[in-house]
Amino acid sequence: MLDFPRWKVASIIGLLAVLCALAIPSFFSESTTSKWGAIPHKRINLGLDLAGGSYLLLEADTADLANSRIEAMRDSIAGTMRNGTPRIAIGDISVRGGQLSFLLRDPSQVDAARERLLSITGGGAGMSGQREWDINVVDTSRFVLKPTEAGLQQAIDTAMKDATEVVRRRIDELGTKEPTIVRQGATRIVVQVPGLQNPQALKNLLGKTAKLEFKLVDETANPADLVKGIAPVGSQVIPYPGNPQGIPFIAVKRSVIISGDQLADARQEFEPQTNAPQVAITFDAVGGRRFAKVTQENTNKPFAIILDNSVISAPNINEPILGGRASISGNFTVESANSLAISLRSGKLPINLKIIAESTVSPDLGKDSIRAGVLASIVAALAVIVFMFVTYGRFGLYANLAVVINILVIVAVMAMLNATLTLPGIAGFVLTIGTAVDANVLINERIREERRRGRNIVQAVELGYKEASRTIFEANVTHAITGVIMLLLGSGPVKGFAVVLLIGICTSVFTAVTFTRMLVALWLRKNRPTTINI
Amino acid sequence: MRLLKLVPDNTNLKFVSLRKWAFGLTILLSLAAVGLVFAKGLNMGVDFVGGVLIEERFATPPSIDAVRTEVDRLGVGEASIQSFADPTVLSIRLPIPESTDEGATNALVKKVADDLAVKFPGATFSKYDTISGKVSDELISKGLLAVGLAILGIGLFAVVRFEWQFGVSTVVAIVHDLLMTLGFFALTQFEFDLNIVAAVLTIVSYSINDKIVIDDRIRENMRRYRKMDMREIIDLSVNETLPRTVMTSVTILLALTAMLVLGGHVLRGFTAAMILGIVVGTYSSIYVSSSLLITLGLRAEPEGRKGDRDDAERVGPKAGR
Repeated sequence: MLDFPRWKVASIIGLLAVLCALAIPSFFSESTTSKWGAIPHKRINLGLDLAGGSYLLLEADTADLANSRIEAMRDSIAGTMRNGTPRIAIGDISVRGGQLSFLLRDPSQVDAARERLLSITGGGAGMSGQREWDINVVDTSRFVLKPTEAGLQQAIDTAMKDATEVVRRRIDELGTKEPTIVRQGATRIVVQVPGLQNPQALKNLLGKTAKLEFKLVDETANPADLVKGIAPVGSQVIPYPGNPQGIPFIAVKRSVIISGDQLADARQEFEPQTNAPQVAITFDAVGGRRFAKVTQENTNKPFAIILDNSVISAPNINEPILGGRASISGNFTVESANSLAISLRSGKLPINLKIIAESTVSPDLGKDSIRAGVLASIVAALAVIVFMFVTYGRFGLYANLAVVINILVIVAVMAMLNATLTLPGIAGFVLTIGTAVDANVLINERIREERRRGRNIVQAVELGYKEASRTIFEANVTHAITGVIMLLLGSGPVKGFAVVLLIGICTSVFTAVTFTRMLVALWLRKNRPTTINI
Repeated sequence: MRLLKLVPDNTNLKFVSLRKWAFGLTILLSLAAVGLVFAKGLNMGVDFVGGVLIEERFATPPSIDAVRTEVDRLGVGEASIQSFADPTVLSIRLPIPESTDEGATNALVKKVADDLAVKFPGATFSKYDTISGKVSDELISKGLLAVGLAILGIGLFAVVRFEWQFGVSTVVAIVHDLLMTLGFFALTQFEFDLNIVAAVLTIVSYSINDKIVIDDRIRENMRRYRKMDMREIIDLSVNETLPRTVMTSVTILLALTAMLVLGGHVLRGFTAAMILGIVVGTYSSIYVSSSLLITLGLRAEPEGRKGDRDDAERVGPKAGR
């Protein structure tokens, strides 16, 4: 137990020295460490409660995704049946109760229709080997399509992957430093932006799907029907809050002329005459050609610019637009035009996101918390150090050395793991000091006890460490059990606390038991004391 | 140098003889805690009930009533206003707006913050949280699950490492500690939020730590003095570990007191809960879990397996392990 060969001593000291050195960068500011160049300078991350900043929890609207999937399928079926050869005439295409159904005019075309359906629904089996749609025929001529659960889950998964990417692009456009964007579970995204004073702009950006569509206005629609939500065949009614004709609705053709996917760029600019803020958009090559063609064919007709299913404006096509450029004007402020431009540039969100929880801490409060937390930790550590010294003398001194090293080692491990320090994490530090000391208390009390029982110094020390080690092991296992549970189930503050606690458990066993044992062993070997003061 | 000894050597306090009284007191306090929780309820934070929490820092300590009147005037729902030890900071809690749209909560926070900044010059917001009902429900169920699993996990560990009686007595003691903590929060009406769940879990794990140290010693003494009466063994074990119990509690309390006084208001509830937990946990180690072992019929000569096998090697100092 007290046998420490030279190589062991060297490796323990070496390991602890390296770890302590790794803790150093965390005590300097980032601007200092960034100048260190080749010297490793991983630092501990500060949580939002300490650094200040915003935390947003976004949840995807999966019901909406399921709906738009069916809507898209409906358009795609209508197109395929009409445009394929031979043409397959269908009617009564409708969506009810999450199912899509349509009627075949000529029942003899059932096989041909099924063939075509399979080609647009991803065949009998998709990449995952699972069907995305169940296709059934009832009464010989009615097709019923039902999305499968697996297909929907996969669609959600893909949409979430893309959405996370889009969210990242939008936040990057804001120019904030080091945002964290992580997907959480199946339908959530956690966004953390440190140092952000006003999350308003961020929320505006994330709250918008930014689904941009250009559609032709259906001028045959009757205003009285529009209010009731009835549109002519092949058209749909869409809200138009700024409609100069007074009714807040407008009918547009179902088919999309061009969509936001075909944009190459979007910028905020000012209308040359009125100086009103607007958004200038540039289509990509394919989009530009298509836009030119449609505007040539529909000169002198109005088209609607639709953003997130609401019409922003419905200008007239005065002349063919050939350059692939257009501008969107509406009731914009510079800020809202800018935010729309960013949203359009970063692409539309494939799924609607809602903010279901958020927390914003001002950097001032964060600074106060750090100051208070650090002060409290220092005072706590000093109190414990003095107390340990007056109680256990030399043995207390060893324990204190272990505690100080332990704090540095935890900082180093956290920096290496890129772990985040939160305010509850600081409390975790204070408590870790407590547990680490408890290990030494157990050992030292045991040594005192064994001395009282009349054992000699070496025996007492050896037994003290041996017997106490068992208890320390058991106590730490229970701590680890709760720590792991907190880490797995906890959110926010609980997690921050658990991280420090768990790292502290691992490191404190090493510093409080192995390291102090080595110090005691070396001292005993060198001085061969005949009496110990404990 | 004369070293400090908080507990004199070889104490022989008769803890077990007070057991009946202690049981009475424990039951009484537990009932009182349950009663308090039902009568006064817990002051649940926004984490658990959903809502909007705005923390505002004022230039000079404002009158709570003036702020309340001001917020009420805005017609944003019933506000609950709380002050901290730092009189310039107030927390204002509001119900989440009916409208589900993001703009609504934004507008609410902005409205309150802007208005206060005008009425109380120099007031700045220092943080705000918005939690929807859905998220808060999840946080509650996750929190309960975490505490439940922690108790279960530790109980199982105690059963595997020790006799079953240790597992049962430990779990009972922990439930006692939890009741006391909840009663404390009901009594003081400190805000019960996610931080407190972390505190509760830590209390659980510290309380266990304490019990394991004593249980460990009881087991050791059961093997060493196989003919001794269980009461004596427990008294002996508690006395033998008393210096450590006191020493550790005092150290941790020293650290926590520093945190309570200097750590800022955000952690105040957390540290207060921890301090209470340490005190209650120490009490329950002696009077709930250890004493319960007698009631549960733990014998000094457990049938076979764990006792006998190790005994021989445990007596001698050279025994390897």
